[in-house]
Amino acid sequence: MFLIYCPHCEEHREEEEFHAKGQAHIARPLDPDNCTDEEWAQFLYFRDNPRGLHHELWVHASGCRKFFNITRDTQSYEIKETYKVGEQPGVTAAKSA
Amino acid sequence: MSNLNINPQDSAVTDLDTAFKPDCAQMRQTPVQAEAGQAPRAESPLYHADLASMAAKGPLEGGVQLQELSLLGHLVIRGSLDNPAFVDGFAQVMGFALPGKLASVEQGDASVRWIAPDEWLLVVPGNEAFELEGRLRELMAGHFSIVNVSGGQTILQLSGPDAVKVLKKSTGYDLHDRNFPVGKVVTTTFAKTQAVIRRLDAQQWELVIRRSFADYVWLWLQDASAEYGLIVRG
Repeated sequence: MFLIYCPHCEEHREEEEFHAKGQAHIARPLDPDNCTDEEWAQFLYFRDNPRGLHHELWVHASGCRKFFNITRDTQSYEIKETYKVGEQPGVTAAKSA
Repeated sequence: MSNLNINPQDSAVTDLDTAFKPDCAQMRQTPVQAEAGQAPRAESPLYHADLASMAAKGPLEGGVQLQELSLLGHLVIRGSLDNPAFVDGFAQVMGFALPGKLASVEQGDASVRWIAPDEWLLVVPGNEAFELEGRLRELMAGHFSIVNVSGGQTILQLSGPDAVKVLKKSTGYDLHDRNFPVGKVVTTTFAKTQAVIRRLDAQQWELVIRRSFADYVWLWLQDASAEYGLIVRG
């Protein structure tokens, strides 16, 4: 049994209720009409693949169906924190280093 | 005549339609015959299972009782708690406030369940849903949404001393009294599908399930409760 804390339900829920949705905090270009191909490609396709702390977007798919962020250690799979979209992570690589 | 009135002024208006004037597309899901005083033809998602005759010939003793609350009116209500026109509009129409996180309110025939921070499920008798939706639309303002999903889901009630054991086989959620008091509502995985689980009483539980999964859940529940004895209520 592996529990994940949903910041919207404010409860720990079973892992199978959740889905991972990739890297978090990817900002859409502010001026999309004037982006270079490289900038678009970076926004659409290129993702970090760190060894260690990673900020990810998850969704409580079988529960409240809300999206939220998780700071996760990709080596130990430990979830350091969960926080709502729009908030900033409390645990970052810079802080823990 | 279509049941969908985009603009009631432009189309032939029935007696019921003049009771209020929706300013948006609103679907009446009651069959036309019901309005004309005839028995409506309506089939719940478990119509094929014929629970009424199963109840008549089934066992009278067992640890689990199952009853379908069929053909009720289900309204999904969405809006922000920061919008007072939405919150107050609901309270004015229903006479009680929207419940908070993982909670429910039941008053008379109506019950409302918290689904998400901006979403609630209101269940009322089937023939009241259309007019209630209109009244809610009249008194709510701002950014909100009401969708009649009556045809898309159904409600099962499980009760009896062994009902909780059947649920424990079906979901990973902690159903202990300490974690799941009476009145709590949880949307979670159930068997290999999902259900909105609400505790009605110490030994009584309610499941809101999807129409397309109703047969699967019905078969699952029969299997899961076989060892305790299943009494079907028609």
